[in-house]
Amino acid sequence: MAEQSQGTAVVETGPPVMSHGILGWLRANLFNSIPNMIISVVLLALLLWIFIGMVNWLFLDAVWGERDPQTGALSADACRAAGGFCYAFIREKMRLILFGTYPSAEQLRPFLAVILFVSLILVSCNRNAWKPWLGVAWVAALVVLWILMSGGVLGLSYVPNTNWGGLPLTLMLSVIGLVFAFPLSIVLALGRTSDLPAAKMICVGFIELVRGVPLITVLFMASVMFPLFLPTGITIDKLLRAQVAIILFAAAYLAEVVRGGLQAIPTGQYEAADSLGLGYWQKMRLIILPQALKISIPPIVNTFIGFFKDTSLVIIIGLFDLLGTAKAALTDPAWRGFYKESYLFIAVLYFCFCFFMSKYSQHLEKRLNTSHRR
Amino acid sequence: MTDAAIAATAEEPVINIQSMHKWYGEFHVLKDIDLSVDKGEVLVICGPSGSGKSTLIRCINRLEEYQKGLITVDGIALNNDVKNIDAIRREVGMVFQSFNLFPHLTVLQNLTLAPIWVRKTPKKEAEEAAMYFLERVKIPEQAEKYPGQLSGGQQQRVAIARSLCMRPKIMLFDEPTSALDPEMIKEVLDTMIELAHEGMTMLCVTHEMGFARTVANRVLFMDGGEIIEQNEPEEFFLNPQSERTKLFLSQILSH
Repeated sequence: MAEQSQGTAVVETGPPVMSHGILGWLRANLFNSIPNMIISVVLLALLLWIFIGMVNWLFLDAVWGERDPQTGALSADACRAAGGFCYAFIREKMRLILFGTYPSAEQLRPFLAVILFVSLILVSCNRNAWKPWLGVAWVAALVVLWILMSGGVLGLSYVPNTNWGGLPLTLMLSVIGLVFAFPLSIVLALGRTSDLPAAKMICVGFIELVRGVPLITVLFMASVMFPLFLPTGITIDKLLRAQVAIILFAAAYLAEVVRGGLQAIPTGQYEAADSLGLGYWQKMRLIILPQALKISIPPIVNTFIGFFKDTSLVIIIGLFDLLGTAKAALTDPAWRGFYKESYLFIAVLYFCFCFFMSKYSQHLEKRLNTSHRR
Repeated sequence: MTDAAIAATAEEPVINIQSMHKWYGEFHVLKDIDLSVDKGEVLVICGPSGSGKSTLIRCINRLEEYQKGLITVDGIALNNDVKNIDAIRREVGMVFQSFNLFPHLTVLQNLTLAPIWVRKTPKKEAEEAAMYFLERVKIPEQAEKYPGQLSGGQQQRVAIARSLCMRPKIMLFDEPTSALDPEMIKEVLDTMIELAHEGMTMLCVTHEMGFARTVANRVLFMDGGEIIEQNEPEEFFLNPQSERTKLFLSQILSH
């Protein structure tokens, strides 16, 4: 370690033992004075207490449940006796929570639909896949999805969409909602910032109208009021109406986010594009939007995450999304009272999707950052 | 076409501005501008800040609208007709004080974008042309970098090359060296001098009087939205006519 450099008498040694490493960090940050020591000890004890409690509840006192040899059914009695996390409840109700009242014989279909959705999302996350075929793939996937869920063709039995529920429904409402809302929001944002008075007025009117009312109201209007205006005999599917309501709602919110991005682009960029002779759409598509959308990634993903969770409001018009099915699972008299298990289960599911979106957006920001890469 | 324009020269001036006025709201920013620029002429426009010199050249490619009079560029009348505006912008290149390169594209993409999308040049051809112009401004090795990785002087040379890739007939320079560190000004000016020697029609808003002396055919002094005087560089610097020009020259040449 101790080495003498040429000519000078400087002795190189490592930093003092107590100033680095875990011990050094603890000493410098948690135990550097008497009050800090007291606070640290109390907080560490609290953390330990919570941790032990969680381990007990989730693992040591938890009940996996055993199937009755005769009937093959799980029972809630053991759970009630133990008081830990009731995995038996999740095992019993998993199917209902994930897929709603979809016929149990056809369970594979919503399962495949979820797989299709998730893989489509994963493929779309890869920048190398941002080519025209991706759009075609989405349209094709939506058709396959519809056939898979609805059936009635190709030997698949027909399942009315009143029986759809759980994860496929949540993914459908949110992913399709956002995929359609996003391009619409760009058009709205461009309209709102454009020089054409008519386009501007329509976009401002739409955005302010939609933003001014709660999503629940829009859903109610879509499900209750809208059919009243249709001529008798014509009905539009409830799910479709809710889907359209979500698309329009998300588009209005996203439009304002995109507009913020557009306004952050220096006028010099517009002028440079103009002076090179680019037309309006070329200018927007090639110069302005790539930059505007890049800086809007954090608020865009913020809105995405918000809407992913807000789709649970469709419960109010009688659609059973993930939250709806979790509540439905609790109505079984034999399994009444397992609120914690039910809500924790869907909370974990929601968290996985939202955390993925958040991480992906961070990754994307890093990849797209060209400004300071020296 | 008015009689005055026809009488002016046998060869049509490439830019012709006739009694042009511009207002920002109530503010009369350009007053009765008459100016004609011949093909291959290098014009330096100077004047105190706020004199309207930038606004004048920005009117020529319609980054600014004018309210009265007429600008004709390369025989095309600059009016509200979008077709005419696009046609003029294809013939007129512009270099900005703050470079305005596209930060999300590489240098090469910055150069090929407009030729590919506006001129419909095949990609390969556009890239070859881009490399040719990068050689001309002496930074071919930076082609794959992003603008943020270059120095100010390099960025401005890329901006000049980007304009040249559109093969413009006229180049407008809006204070191209004002945002640069002193040691980088020379490299940009050298590029501009070379361009002038090749016969490019240039309108330069600049305070680089050395540049004006070296290559300008004519120096134009503006103040308060008016063209106060214009002359050949020798005469302009040695023998300024108006008091305002004298004052301005004494201020900028004193240091």
